[in-house]
Amino acid sequence: MLLHVEDVRVAYGGIEALRGVSFDVDEGEIVTLLGANGAGKTTTLRTISGLLRPRAGTISFDGQRIDTVPAHMMVRLGIGHVPEGRRIFPRMSVRENLMMGAYHRGDDTEADADRVFELFPVLLERQGQDGGTLSGGEQQMLAIGRALMGRPRLLLLDEPSMGLAPMIVTRIFDIIREINQQGTTVLLVEQNAAQALRLATRGYVLETGEVVMSDDASKLLADDRIREAYLGEGAA
Amino acid sequence: MCFTQSFWALLVSGIENGSIYALVALGYTLVYGVLHLINFAHSEVFMSGAFGGLFVVDAVVGGPPSSGLSSAGLIALGTIAGAFFGAVAAFVLERVAYRPLRRRNAPPLAFLISAIGASFFLYNLAGKEFGTNPISVPQIYDEHPWFHLFGAPVLNTYVIIVVVALTMLVALDRVITRTRLGRGIRAVAQDAETASLLGVDIDRVIVTTFVLGGLLGGAGGFLYGMAINVSFNMGFIPGLKAFTAAVLGGIGNVRGAVVGGFLLGIVESLGVSCVSSSWQNTIAFSVLVVVLMFRPTGILGERLGRAA
Repeated sequence: MLLHVEDVRVAYGGIEALRGVSFDVDEGEIVTLLGANGAGKTTTLRTISGLLRPRAGTISFDGQRIDTVPAHMMVRLGIGHVPEGRRIFPRMSVRENLMMGAYHRGDDTEADADRVFELFPVLLERQGQDGGTLSGGEQQMLAIGRALMGRPRLLLLDEPSMGLAPMIVTRIFDIIREINQQGTTVLLVEQNAAQALRLATRGYVLETGEVVMSDDASKLLADDRIREAYLGEGAA
Repeated sequence: MCFTQSFWALLVSGIENGSIYALVALGYTLVYGVLHLINFAHSEVFMSGAFGGLFVVDAVVGGPPSSGLSSAGLIALGTIAGAFFGAVAAFVLERVAYRPLRRRNAPPLAFLISAIGASFFLYNLAGKEFGTNPISVPQIYDEHPWFHLFGAPVLNTYVIIVVVALTMLVALDRVITRTRLGRGIRAVAQDAETASLLGVDIDRVIVTTFVLGGLLGGAGGFLYGMAINVSFNMGFIPGLKAFTAAVLGGIGNVRGAVVGGFLLGIVESLGVSCVSSSWQNTIAFSVLVVVLMFRPTGILGERLGRAA
């Protein structure tokens, strides 16, 4: 497996946000983490990326322990992270934002930028504009494009649909599928459970820092408890 | 009007002072950009550069006053030595006075106290080691008016200082806007956590930022020392002025620091002619108060530092 998370515990001060989370992501998959606000989805991604340190448990990427590796080394190992809220550099041009994605490799970015522009033609039109002037959807595209510039094997996506119009969300999800088909493994955190499960191969459900369910995405999509709790449908 | 008579002469000396303020102001603004912290020990970086340049020039100058090309060589040597020692001082400061606090997530006040403590330590150390009397830099060139601007003599010292300063300012602007290092610095200033997700080693960017500020501040220290003299407490007032200039231009904003530096130097120089030179500092800080009343983020705003 590409990513192996085992019994990971993370705490903010005295409050335990992850209480022994375990899951796997295989090469080529799209795996989604579902759960309500505060369930620990974002915390999980931030721990994988090295922004938070687990107080117990292990994380391995491609067979190598990464739970003590500093955040800035992750992109070199092949982990790209599109953070919650997109986090575009507002005072840098679109082009510069993309170049930041390849920061660790130096300045050889042309070919990678061309690939991003193929996926997101709108970014090519906007390449001289400051990141802060883009619309929400464009910023999300830029955030994903920026992460792709690092040539990740595993892409962590944190709530890519947040605050976006349904049409844009569909477009973003289509592109995530395309990125996956081009060979990048995806770990997707979403509140938009229905759409995430339709895209994903497998899913895990987090509740107050623990994995409470895991299954193939199609089975989760059909599960009554999931339909009731996360898809906004009453149990039939 | 008070300054009409000698307007051009005052303007020239204002530009000269302003270019030094600008060099030093960049050190404050760069560090503020990435750390949101005022490095109050930066005045000692300035002083370290002045002493470093002085000692190197002293060591090289043996006999009679040199002239021509060797003068230019000595000025360059002193400036480079000043920059080098300024950078070393800034590097050490970051390691000793700030990094340990960052590791422990210390509150902002702790950084301020640490900065003031480091500043006291350094200038007292300089006073103990090098004496408390001002020391003149050996005369490495003949000071004389180079040309006249509307009748006002322009000393070669002024030209040298302004040219060296402008060269460094342009070079820094290039580094910040065009290079990978500059992008890293801006990324950390705008969103450090996201920068680290993209592979930026924040610690390395921070120390590089201190070193860049130290290069400029140290060179500024030598130029200032060459024009006036070198002493253990020489950093205090220029440091405070440069800090004022940085805030005037918009703290965290690189071009703002340059604008603020020149503006402060010029206003101060012209203003003095209306009252007397003992009012120089009062004028400088009054400008700060007035500008901040109307534009709290400075003239150009906090462009580099604050994310929108």
